[in-house]
Amino acid sequence: MSDSQITVATSVHEEVRNPALLHHFATEQQQRDASSLGMWIFLGTEVMFFGGLFCAYLIYRLWYFGDFAAAAQTLNSWLGMTNTIVLICSSLTVVFAVYAAQHGKRTMLLASLALTLLFGLAFLGIKGMEYREKFENHHVPGASFSFVKTVPGHPDEMANPRHAEIYFALYFIMTGLHALHMIVGIGIFIWLLTMAWKGRLTPEYNTPMEIGGLYWHFVDIIWIYLFPLLYLIDLHK
Amino acid sequence: MAGNVDALYIFLLIVTGMMTLLVFTAVIYFAARYRHRRGVPAEQIDGSTHLEITWTVIPFFVFMVIFLWGAVVYFKGRTPPRDSTEVYVVAKQWMWKLEHAEGQREINELHVPMGRDVKLIMTSQDVIHSFFVPAFRMKQDVLPGRYTIAWFHATKPGTYHLFCAEYCGTQHSGMVGDIVVMEPAQYEAWMSGGSTGPLSASGEKIFAELGCATCHRSDTQGRGPNLVGVFGKPVQLEDGRIINADENYVRESILDPGAKVVKGFKPVMPTFQGLVSEEQLNALIAYVKSLSNAGPAGPKTATAPERAPAPGNTGTKGTQVE
Amino acid sequence: MSTAIAQPVERENYLNTQYGVGSWLLTTDHKRIALLYLASITFFFFIGGFFALLIRLELLTPAGDLVQADTYNKLFTMHGQVMVFFFLIPSIPAVLGNFLVPMMIGAKDLAFPRINLLSWYLYIIAGILMLHCILTGGVDTGWTFYTPFSTEYSNTKVIEAGLAIFISGFSSILTGLNFIVTIHRMRAPGMTWTRLPLFIWAHYATSIIQILGTPVIAITLVLVVAERALHLGIFDPKLGGDPLLFQHLFWFYSHPAVYIMILPSMGVVSEVIACFSRKRIFGYSFVALSSIAIAVFGFLVWAHHMFVAGISVYAALIFSLLSYSVAVPSAVKVFNWTATLYKGSIHYEAPMLYAFGFLGLFTIGGLTGLFLAALGIDVHVTDTYFVVAHFHYIMVGGALMGYLGGMHFWWPKITGKLYPEGWARLAALIVFVGFNLTFFPQFILGYLGMPRRYFDYSHMPEFQVLNVLSTAGATILGIGYLLPMIYFLWSMRYGKPAPDNPWNAAGLEWQTQSPPKTFNFDEEPVVTWEAYNYDEIDKAHPEEVHVVG
Repeated sequence: MSDSQITVATSVHEEVRNPALLHHFATEQQQRDASSLGMWIFLGTEVMFFGGLFCAYLIYRLWYFGDFAAAAQTLNSWLGMTNTIVLICSSLTVVFAVYAAQHGKRTMLLASLALTLLFGLAFLGIKGMEYREKFENHHVPGASFSFVKTVPGHPDEMANPRHAEIYFALYFIMTGLHALHMIVGIGIFIWLLTMAWKGRLTPEYNTPMEIGGLYWHFVDIIWIYLFPLLYLIDLHK
Repeated sequence: MAGNVDALYIFLLIVTGMMTLLVFTAVIYFAARYRHRRGVPAEQIDGSTHLEITWTVIPFFVFMVIFLWGAVVYFKGRTPPRDSTEVYVVAKQWMWKLEHAEGQREINELHVPMGRDVKLIMTSQDVIHSFFVPAFRMKQDVLPGRYTIAWFHATKPGTYHLFCAEYCGTQHSGMVGDIVVMEPAQYEAWMSGGSTGPLSASGEKIFAELGCATCHRSDTQGRGPNLVGVFGKPVQLEDGRIINADENYVRESILDPGAKVVKGFKPVMPTFQGLVSEEQLNALIAYVKSLSNAGPAGPKTATAPERAPAPGNTGTKGTQVE
Repeated sequence: MSTAIAQPVERENYLNTQYGVGSWLLTTDHKRIALLYLASITFFFFIGGFFALLIRLELLTPAGDLVQADTYNKLFTMHGQVMVFFFLIPSIPAVLGNFLVPMMIGAKDLAFPRINLLSWYLYIIAGILMLHCILTGGVDTGWTFYTPFSTEYSNTKVIEAGLAIFISGFSSILTGLNFIVTIHRMRAPGMTWTRLPLFIWAHYATSIIQILGTPVIAITLVLVVAERALHLGIFDPKLGGDPLLFQHLFWFYSHPAVYIMILPSMGVVSEVIACFSRKRIFGYSFVALSSIAIAVFGFLVWAHHMFVAGISVYAALIFSLLSYSVAVPSAVKVFNWTATLYKGSIHYEAPMLYAFGFLGLFTIGGLTGLFLAALGIDVHVTDTYFVVAHFHYIMVGGALMGYLGGMHFWWPKITGKLYPEGWARLAALIVFVGFNLTFFPQFILGYLGMPRRYFDYSHMPEFQVLNVLSTAGATILGIGYLLPMIYFLWSMRYGKPAPDNPWNAAGLEWQTQSPPKTFNFDEEPVVTWEAYNYDEIDKAHPEEVHVVG
């Protein structure tokens, strides 16, 4: 299975291994497969990690539906929608980047990576705006939390502020953890951009691009679950 | 009741004892009999599907028997009989406060008559505790924010250990007490000395003091539902659900009235969170029960506890009635 | 191939290929990382053991007179946390697994050697944080840190301990990830799944639990820390939260965690019994599949820790039923191991003595699990010393015996030295006796009603006799653990040099040098034989197979 080994320069008796091929792997295919499987498994652990939060959220939302709906309505769904589109576009640019790397298209690769970064930063910027608005409205759980609002669809019923505080606690933890993963993703893509600039992502070896892309897609998917769960409760009321 | 637990225990001792003997004998025998000897190689035996199936299926059936027996015992233990005498328990770091329906208060001691079913309605003021009486083979965690139920039926007079069995802080091992089981005559004598009147009477006083009667009138003109005959019966809520009016429901309605509004009423009841103590809550619940004059256990409450209150905020969502 | 004559000149191997602290702290060699782990977990074992000693000393008398109540509460908490998270969970996978998994499948290293090193560093960082927590006041919530006590009422260093465990969890996750990818992708040609040693199957199953379960306790810890720091209400009923939600989230990991602790040990036992009976494990595929079954079923039973916690009767019924299902594969394994002895050619070296010990003690521990899974009985014995005895039988009588057996079995491979066999057999015996004396009385104590986590039982002085027996046993057990420490260290300097395969054992790891070279194999092996081909081995080497050190 050594079809993908590269011979570099004119070596005397052995085929010289691609420097990117680590010593403990027999072939590049094996290294690629291992890296890919490793990233998939890591993403599996991330699913379980966020899963605990989703579980807590779902339970409390079932119990305190009205209060959660009231709290959710204070989020700006338009900003949330924008962020969703931003992330979906960023996943698209990631797909382009992977394609470009696989086909040796340097300009396309650099442009796609840069765009992905831009989209990621845009997402964080919008998130920051949302957080600030929450802070200004005293919706951040803690000593200065205050929440006075009626339950959607029940104009004579005030939402329970303690339950709303649980909503916001979960909101901040879930979106905060997600944002943290975004920041890590941005770091990974800056690194990838550097590698691409130095010409180290080639059709023969672009594993970092592939697994970096997997990670980014995953972070995107988490948001695609977060958005409707957190933002879109009883919007019609 | 304890006898049931012991019977299952002995059965398990026998079964597991036999299993242990079997394994130990086999291991020791084989280890000795097949000790390595020169010129006698080991015989390579890959396996035997027959054997595998046998020793999978047989244990499985034995386990199912144990499961069923255990389930039956458990079910009984979590189903207090109707017309049990009720005792309210409030656990706090690090003591047990008990209040009989007739009003006697005790700390770390519970006097009960023998031969009577006693149902405990328990809550905690702070952290999770657990009410454990080894002699009765009975244990139930006591949670803050909701009620849990346990019951027992003492058959022999005597004094029995009461332990807290869920770690609760510094004096967890000091949270011990006694269950004093008395002959019925002795119990009556003990009861008549020093009581502040039945719990429900104190509840009635609190009901008036806190202004509950203003809205919860005994006619249909009040802004709140008439509470006569409510306890232990199904209640239809404004969102269409039907739940059972048990202890947790009454508690929740006092502490978080917006959670389950009765159909046809507006959500205008103020919350009493922070304004009533656990003991006062117990008294109010006893009072509301007394308004159903079917006694402490209405026709539906006997089934309520085993459907065990779904975990809820300050109370529970009551129990769904099919 | 087995020779008892010392090599005149030491061959190059992974230990002597480079010297210096840097070469160890920056190594990516899975074997060196295994030794780094060995040192660290042994350190934490003795810390946890020291706490256990203090606990047992306190319980010699009914009165709480040795330490104060708060101190005692910290002792049992930290004994649990250190032993579970810093000893048992890493133990076999991080030491024996790291060392052997690549070698057993014919690979040069794990799939991700640098992540392996990162794993160790995460463990160390977590360990330092935990040590700091212990030294600056400790934590007293119990290792289970139930809410709202841990989030609202405890005034000890819950956040610090929580963070330490959080970090150690990632160490565990990365190890599991590494093993799964390695086993999938790095097997040598000819090493098919059905030729894998059962040790590998066991670690594969363990790794599945590690990657799926550990993240859940990680997020639970995040929630607890957040709640405690910011006074949120996720688990506090006064603020609308639910303490039972914590318990569900906690046990969702912590139950499978116990299978993380026992499965690798079962893998060791398979290897040892096969070698010292000179035959293939009876029912290989059933044992392999049982490992996977235990991993899968293990995720379905968590609420059996909550039967009296306030869950509904129906939930309790379901979890009790499922708990019996997870008992079946464990029983199947015990039967298969026992059947392996039949018509074997059995040797009594120390590793085998530990395997025998495992068989006996795991059987007892597992059977007492049947008591606990029975709802009617559990109501009585949960939160008493019955449970304490049950889990110590499995974790100490099972997992730790397996660990010690494995350390003895592979010691010649790891160090190139032989341990002293006589002392090893004596230590095994002492451990077995001490263990039973420590923990068997606790079953009785539990059924009689002694609750756990009690530092003062002066209300029930009738429990003293059993407690004294237990403490006496603990002392003996302690001696049993100190002995291997001493003679293992002694053997590293003064032990007889070991042959490459002192036991004439099957398995690719034994085809390497003792100690192995850095890259394990000179040439990638090509496997054409089944696992445990002892008939072929013994035909080729009809002489005595065991080597007495």
